[in-house]
Amino acid sequence: MRYLPKSPADREVMLREIGVHSVDDFFKAIPAEYRLNRDLKVPRQMAESEIIDYFRERSEENAAGYAVFLGAGAYHHYRPVIIDALVQRGEFLTSYTPYQAEISQGTLQAIFEFQTMICELTGMEIANASMYDGSTGAAEAILMAMRVTGRHESVIARTVHPEYREVIHTYLHHRDMPMTFAGYRDESGEIKLDELEQFVTDRTACVLIQSPNFLGSIEDVAAVAEIAHRKGALLVVSIAEALSLGIVKPPVEADIVSMEAQSFGVPLGFGGPYDGVLAAKEKYVRQMPGRLVGETKDKNGNRGYVLTLSTREQHIRREKATSNICTNQALVALMSTIYMNVYGREGLKDLAKQNLAKAHYAAGEFGKRAKVLFPRGKRFNEFVVQSKDDPHAINDRLLEKRIVGGLSLKKFYPELGNASLWCCTEMNTREQIDAAIQAVQA
Amino acid sequence: MKPRKVSQHVNQNEGLIFEKSSPGKKAYKLPPLDVPDVNPEKLLGEQAREDLGLMPEVSEIEIIRHFTRLSTWNYAIDLGMYPLGSCTMKYNARVNEFVARLEGLGNAHPYQPEKISQGALRIIKTLQECLCEITGMDTITLQPAAGAHGEFTGILLMRAYHESRGNPRKKLIIPDSAHGTNPATAAICGYEIVNLKSNAEGMVDASLLASVVDDSVAGMMLTNPSTIGVFEKEIHRIADVLHDKGALLYMDGANMNALVGKARPGDFGVDVMHLNLHKTFSTPHGGGGPGSGPVACKKILERFLPTPVLTTRTDGKLGFEYNRPQSIGRVRAFYGNFGMFVRALAYIFANGPDGLRQTTEDAVLNANYIRKKLEGIYDLPYKTGSMHEVVFSDRLQTQNGVRTGDIAKRLIDYGFHPYTTSFPLIVPGALMIEPTESESKEELDLFIDAMKSIAREVQDDPQLVVSAPHNTRVARMDETTAARKPILRWRPEQKAVAAPAVKPELVETR
Amino acid sequence: MAFPADYRYTKEHEWIKVDGNQATIGITDYAQNSLGDIVFVELPKVGEELTAGKTFGSVESVKAVSELYAPASGKVVAINESLATAPEKINSDAHGSWMLRIQLKDAGEVSKLLSSDDYDKYVKEEGGQ
Repeated sequence: MRYLPKSPADREVMLREIGVHSVDDFFKAIPAEYRLNRDLKVPRQMAESEIIDYFRERSEENAAGYAVFLGAGAYHHYRPVIIDALVQRGEFLTSYTPYQAEISQGTLQAIFEFQTMICELTGMEIANASMYDGSTGAAEAILMAMRVTGRHESVIARTVHPEYREVIHTYLHHRDMPMTFAGYRDESGEIKLDELEQFVTDRTACVLIQSPNFLGSIEDVAAVAEIAHRKGALLVVSIAEALSLGIVKPPVEADIVSMEAQSFGVPLGFGGPYDGVLAAKEKYVRQMPGRLVGETKDKNGNRGYVLTLSTREQHIRREKATSNICTNQALVALMSTIYMNVYGREGLKDLAKQNLAKAHYAAGEFGKRAKVLFPRGKRFNEFVVQSKDDPHAINDRLLEKRIVGGLSLKKFYPELGNASLWCCTEMNTREQIDAAIQAVQA
Repeated sequence: MKPRKVSQHVNQNEGLIFEKSSPGKKAYKLPPLDVPDVNPEKLLGEQAREDLGLMPEVSEIEIIRHFTRLSTWNYAIDLGMYPLGSCTMKYNARVNEFVARLEGLGNAHPYQPEKISQGALRIIKTLQECLCEITGMDTITLQPAAGAHGEFTGILLMRAYHESRGNPRKKLIIPDSAHGTNPATAAICGYEIVNLKSNAEGMVDASLLASVVDDSVAGMMLTNPSTIGVFEKEIHRIADVLHDKGALLYMDGANMNALVGKARPGDFGVDVMHLNLHKTFSTPHGGGGPGSGPVACKKILERFLPTPVLTTRTDGKLGFEYNRPQSIGRVRAFYGNFGMFVRALAYIFANGPDGLRQTTEDAVLNANYIRKKLEGIYDLPYKTGSMHEVVFSDRLQTQNGVRTGDIAKRLIDYGFHPYTTSFPLIVPGALMIEPTESESKEELDLFIDAMKSIAREVQDDPQLVVSAPHNTRVARMDETTAARKPILRWRPEQKAVAAPAVKPELVETR
Repeated sequence: MAFPADYRYTKEHEWIKVDGNQATIGITDYAQNSLGDIVFVELPKVGEELTAGKTFGSVESVKAVSELYAPASGKVVAINESLATAPEKINSDAHGSWMLRIQLKDAGEVSKLLSSDDYDKYVKEEGGQ
């Protein structure tokens, strides 16, 4: 076995020095009836070339090279090559959680930079070292708001990503933590403020909205915050498309921001691993789940970084921890950190502007053949198209042209009829957009 | 003793990236816009963002140097033995990274139509089958994003099972040797925790267990081999005691590296368990993640699995089924950390049944070799046979005022990553050593020599050990000030901290 | 270390000093010493009720959290706000750094606690194990 650095003779010597005859002696602790005395029925040992062949075949079945107009929580952006060049350095790839600060300064400093950039982008004061993804991060943000307020109810916009809402439901429902869902306005896709006002009470721990929301509309965060704060509830803003922050005002009025940073240099990868982030106002730091890196000095006065405030975490506080989270997404967060450096202060804006322009052009062209919903909403790079024929039929026609069309909303928002959610990023050329529009029956 | 494994060498200083930033520097070039340009202020109105504050402006070479320099300050498996107990720091094969980045896999959108996702679905199905065979379980979900997330999923399955029988029950039993995620998980699933004291051998006492199990107990969370690296020899009695009262047995699979190909939890009475693909199945730890925590279970729990569930359609094509009325619901958006599935499957292919078995045997051989060579020099609190890891205590060294954390720091000077310190809690001053199968005899001998040498230093010059490490870029950090006055982000000096725009009156917890 | 004779003590290492029908509460020098550098103190709010023997807050060092147990029952009338920004005061002067003041519900509860001599004996036994 090529990963095992021992010769048969090495093993013999070691067994002899331990004083046992056979390696099976070590397994005698397992009662005989539970020992496996046969080969596992898994594929036989393969050569490296065979492994590559196998996955190449799967990759080809997965049909690469299509033009993609899907967004909905997973965004197709260009990934600069230096990201993979750097994250594949063994010192990043094959290290563990930086508990031993003296030999983990690389990871620690990179996380500290990540936390700083997330604060700058989101308008929050603190950010953690990452969560599993945007969906679990949103659920953790709600639980955090409950710890801060001592309340147990939440009001959630129906325009939060449907799968995020499902995850939140899984986290909350068995603990008798009620959820109320506020609808959206037909003309703009934004949350109905009158409904929100009605639902938020002095038992509400938080209001959760997403912006840009699942239907592509940018929410009026300040207005929502006012309603939440009036009743002493926190405002949690979920951001699924991180690049929107390049050109959309950050949700500074929020108390907690839960963001999916996949857009920042993380491959689509059929849904994961992605890069959840929690950011918040500093006064809530003790209720923040997950790892935090802080700056300090060593005994010689050198600047350095450590994991800090770890008494919040499960390995110390056990059942009283802020969360059971242990593993984070450090390597993926590193991808995002590098990405944010590559584009930086000007590039994120330029790139976001290209996204805005592509989506604006596409929505305009679609509007000539079908109905683009929520005309009064402000959008970033996603919009909803309502067509005469079923979106699945449109997508089948598009697939023949090697185009993956928008996401049918029939499952999530049946009231919208033949609606689908389209996304245009810098990766979609005008040619692709024009070709896609041809498939929509006028 | 001069460490044989390492010698000092120059490494580069490097500030924060923000300190290199300067207006006008760029590391990107966008292609020309092929649609009409837009005016953001016009489209977004007051929602338009004015500027991006302190986001850096740097060039590509600076980014490459910055992160390359930072990387050289990390210890890593690629540099040497990383015997962090319970973390299974094994070799992360590079072919795994290669195949995970193939265009059709790395670039697949999770919502792309099933007909052009058959390759990804096939990978999921094949990995599911392999993991069911390895664990001896009937079915599995790959959705959980990490071990603790798998625990959450598994306990919710248990809860749904009991609920379907009329009562979710109130308590979960957790041994005092358990990892902190176990009680934390039980708490977020709404269970009270019954802490079970380990017996003199560090194992679960089945008779004691029988005295606390009643029909208010939903189940037990057990790590096997336990956190002291021993196999729970009464495992089946444990399972029987639980099953007799209708309770279920959850296994924390953190230590599966001791069992793969040698014994299967499904055969010894486990009802539900999680695996850590980033431990047993070699997906990279990456400085703390991503992980992946599949949950395997018996048939009785299948209908409660998170949605969606992979299914084979009548035409033989694979797809996801969403209509699962008894499901606990989703635990994560999309389908889990797919990129880790690719890597784990590549690992299984590279090993095959013979390689997986040999891997387990080598992992156990290595732990026992270290145990044999260090026993007596370090106190071995539990004499029960070790599996893949060995737990010593610092009892002999504390006589000279040296504790496990000090020995760990001194080990750094010898060129090794420390073992896990102070865990499990049932061993005061624990040194938890898990070498994994990835170490050669030569590397193990270097480690053993280093540990012996440190033990001598503890005798001769304890101050040298308690003030270690001496050869690192930075010395021990002032963690107290870091926690008392947390600095969690960079700010340019003298820049005033902006007050929050809104200051709601809040009911704060105490 | 000397434990003030006019204080009473719990086996969980809190002290209580009675002053009329009110009392101040803190942790002992022995407790601060075994915890190490204290980085955070979590206290209840004024107006909350403590119940003798039940937890009312926690003290944190870098890598440990210790629960605080109420030596006596009563309503919190004041908390020592300065500990929020300077928890190190407990390390430098544990017996002088009160955490909170309560309105005693039952003065009899206090008389059941350990005297300074008994507490001194108790920690010597505990330390000697």
